[in-house]
Amino acid sequence: MSLKRTPLFDVYKKYGGKTIDFGGWELPVQFSSIKEEHIAVRERAGLFDVSHMGEILIKGEQSLSFLQSILTNDISKLTPGKIIYTLMCYENGTVVDDLLVYMLGIEEYLLVVNASNTEKDYEWINSKKIENVTIENVSSDWAQLAIQGPASIEIIEKLTGISSDEIKYFTFLDEVDIKGIQVLLSRTGYTGEDGYEIYCQSFEAKKLWEALMDEGEEYGLIPCGLGARDTLRFEVKYPLYGQEITDEITPLEAGLNFAVKLQKEDFIGKSSLLAQKESGIPRKLVGIEMIDNGIPRHGYEIFVGDVKIGHVTTGTQVPSTKRNVGLALINVDFSEIGTPLEVVIRNKKLRAEVVQTPFYKR
Amino acid sequence: MSIPSNLLYSKDHEWVRTEDNKIIVGITAFAQEELGDIVFVELPEVGQNITANESFGSVESVKTVSDLIAPVSGTVLEINEELSDQPELVNESPYEKAWMIVIEPSDLSELESLLNAEQYEQHIQ
Repeated sequence: MSLKRTPLFDVYKKYGGKTIDFGGWELPVQFSSIKEEHIAVRERAGLFDVSHMGEILIKGEQSLSFLQSILTNDISKLTPGKIIYTLMCYENGTVVDDLLVYMLGIEEYLLVVNASNTEKDYEWINSKKIENVTIENVSSDWAQLAIQGPASIEIIEKLTGISSDEIKYFTFLDEVDIKGIQVLLSRTGYTGEDGYEIYCQSFEAKKLWEALMDEGEEYGLIPCGLGARDTLRFEVKYPLYGQEITDEITPLEAGLNFAVKLQKEDFIGKSSLLAQKESGIPRKLVGIEMIDNGIPRHGYEIFVGDVKIGHVTTGTQVPSTKRNVGLALINVDFSEIGTPLEVVIRNKKLRAEVVQTPFYKR
Repeated sequence: MSIPSNLLYSKDHEWVRTEDNKIIVGITAFAQEELGDIVFVELPEVGQNITANESFGSVESVKTVSDLIAPVSGTVLEINEELSDQPELVNESPYEKAWMIVIEPSDLSELESLLNAEQYEQHIQ
């Protein structure tokens, strides 16, 4: 099977992008280096192609009550122009996907889902469909660029005349003009830094990329790949589907309670999550830091004595601080800060301990 | 891409230099480029025996872990201690400062199966 490509594929080469297979997509893992790109976003600004993300449009008279029934967060809190982060769960409380919901208008919502889950999500949502709702997978019509980092505020203000006061965190403005391109400008991101995610029609994606790069150059804006996107989100403990959240992990275990409203009307997974909350949540997502020399990685097992107590969900050496840290899903009994544990790295048990998260705060 | 002509190469992207019947091993410029920022290098102990085509250590970039594959068999005489504090040397100077191990080879004929610079260049194309 050939790999899918975003409308920006041709641009990668020009900027030295090195591509890899990312869940069936041929995407740039890095342009200059993951370290450089990570630091650029923390200190200046970085531009990411995230056009692989899926977009599903939900419309119709019953769209709000439909979304309330399949999503964990309280979608009724939205007004047009606002965005909410939510989980979508199975009946057993484990996760189908995590996503953003944009309220485009009355009875009109855009769900932005993980690329590798788009088909699965679309089928799942369709299988739960009620009357007077339409569901449309519009992923290929849309491209998405993320401009992240402190300087992105000025770059966007210069290009659009819109200041950050006019577009608060987790809100968006539609029909914004950037060099003649109509975009949806969203004050969101997956890096823990200030910035925007910008949606445009696929055929205008290249033009938008070049417009942003041209304007951003003097601010130190550089193109960034998925490698830096991963280290940036990891450092601020944003979950990644397939690692911190999966169809075997509940949002309560992953510490995403803020996006699960157990007091709202019934939704898929609610009874299981309520039951888990009442009986005690067995596992917890914590930060770990190596004491011995080694780097924790996704899937490595964690032991206390001879007992396996969990596994690493994501781990790396953080580019800015060089700390060898990880996120780990472990037995809640061992989750207190300072608890000593051991990570199995290439058949050796190496010492680590539970530490505070996130690893970075703006 | 730098591929010095005085070295031999394995298909797994290690380079080999022969010096007074000893073998010095590192990874190629191509390999470090593919891996990206190297943040950790794990080497064997001095005195350990290693076997051709088997892992003798690992090198980790921000994103991935890769095995180091022994180009020849032998006994480890020396390891580059500097790489534990400065793994970035692998990116900066793969053929010089970032040599990894010195081996006393047990079977010099294993060198014959390695590639010369020209063959290695073709291999990575």
